[in-house]
Amino acid sequence: MIGPSDFEFLRRFLKDKSGLALGDDKRYLLETRLDPVMKKASVTGITQLVATLRERGSSPLAEAVIEAMTTNESLFFRDKRPFDQLAALILPELISRRPPGQPLRIWCAAASTGQEPYSIAMLLRDNERLLGGRRVEIVATDLSGEVIERAQEGVYTQFEVQRGLPVHYLLKCFNQEGQMWRINADIRAMVRFSRLNLLQSFAHLGQFDIVFCRNVLIYFDAATKSDVLGRIANVMTRDGYLILGGAESVLGLSSELVPGSQHGFYIRKN
Amino acid sequence: MKTFLVVDDSSVVRKAARRMLETWSFKVEEAENGAVALDRCRQHMPDGILLDWNMPEVTGFEFLGLLRSEAGGAAPRVVFCSTHNDVAHIASALSAGADEYIMKPFDADILREKLVEVGLLEEEPL
Repeated sequence: MIGPSDFEFLRRFLKDKSGLALGDDKRYLLETRLDPVMKKASVTGITQLVATLRERGSSPLAEAVIEAMTTNESLFFRDKRPFDQLAALILPELISRRPPGQPLRIWCAAASTGQEPYSIAMLLRDNERLLGGRRVEIVATDLSGEVIERAQEGVYTQFEVQRGLPVHYLLKCFNQEGQMWRINADIRAMVRFSRLNLLQSFAHLGQFDIVFCRNVLIYFDAATKSDVLGRIANVMTRDGYLILGGAESVLGLSSELVPGSQHGFYIRKN
Repeated sequence: MKTFLVVDDSSVVRKAARRMLETWSFKVEEAENGAVALDRCRQHMPDGILLDWNMPEVTGFEFLGLLRSEAGGAAPRVVFCSTHNDVAHIASALSAGADEYIMKPFDADILREKLVEVGLLEEEPL
């Protein structure tokens, strides 16, 4: 059982380090997720864990705590519609506005285990004619080093490749390795993965035509959402698009971003 | 109401699939092999078919060939659902006219996603 002061410390710790806003009803979740972390690190209980984190807030144990509390569920072509709209409307529009030869840049800001950036890469591969030889850079980042490693490896279970992935992509873009499926090297090479905490500066990533930041803001409080959205707006090109998750919006959180003509797509206010 | 035919020689699989499909408001019929399935289709062509591969009498693969040559047999969306979990079988199924392929074991999430993919279910509203 987590005592009130330990819970308060962990809540503050997670908020400061990852932006995760933990409600009072999440005590059970905290216990369930931290139990394996404590066992692995031979920590005897929450009180000892908190004492260790108080002493050293940036240790491997601290990172393990943050990673354990991060939700990494992802699937290929999640929600389907944003990808359909990307291929049918957004890409043709942006390509028509860019001079030939200028690469398009796409950022997946919460890439998790890679399904989202790889879905974009497969979609682009399927629409090569639309790109007319134009280069597309896909930058994929996530808070968790562990999931980024998995994403880079590009190996998925049979269950994972069946959730949302049309079977023709499975045949075209994956190699079977026993019970697992590995994404083909040419698709993997289209995505550049790196670790990034959205609470820290991401200005070094450069400007992007399209930013996918789906299903991560829901874990933040209003002030953090507002801060992250403001900084995302700063790395978007003037006519760029931000794509949020189905349950997310910029409403009341951003003065720089407004809804675009497609649901879930946001543009910079002119 | 859209109709669905579940073709599998395992009554356990048929029952599980029926439960999932009825949740999404399909009217479900069952067949235990390809011969029975073909009879059902001749009486009434369903909107969707969930199709096992290995079955006695007429296999799923044989059934698919026969179905596609029937009058109106091009219409049903066919999702193979098989323990043949390899590239060769998947490719053969698609060449024979399957619209999607599920590798067993499967769950409701997988079936739902596949039915969205073939246009038999709407994606959940964002």
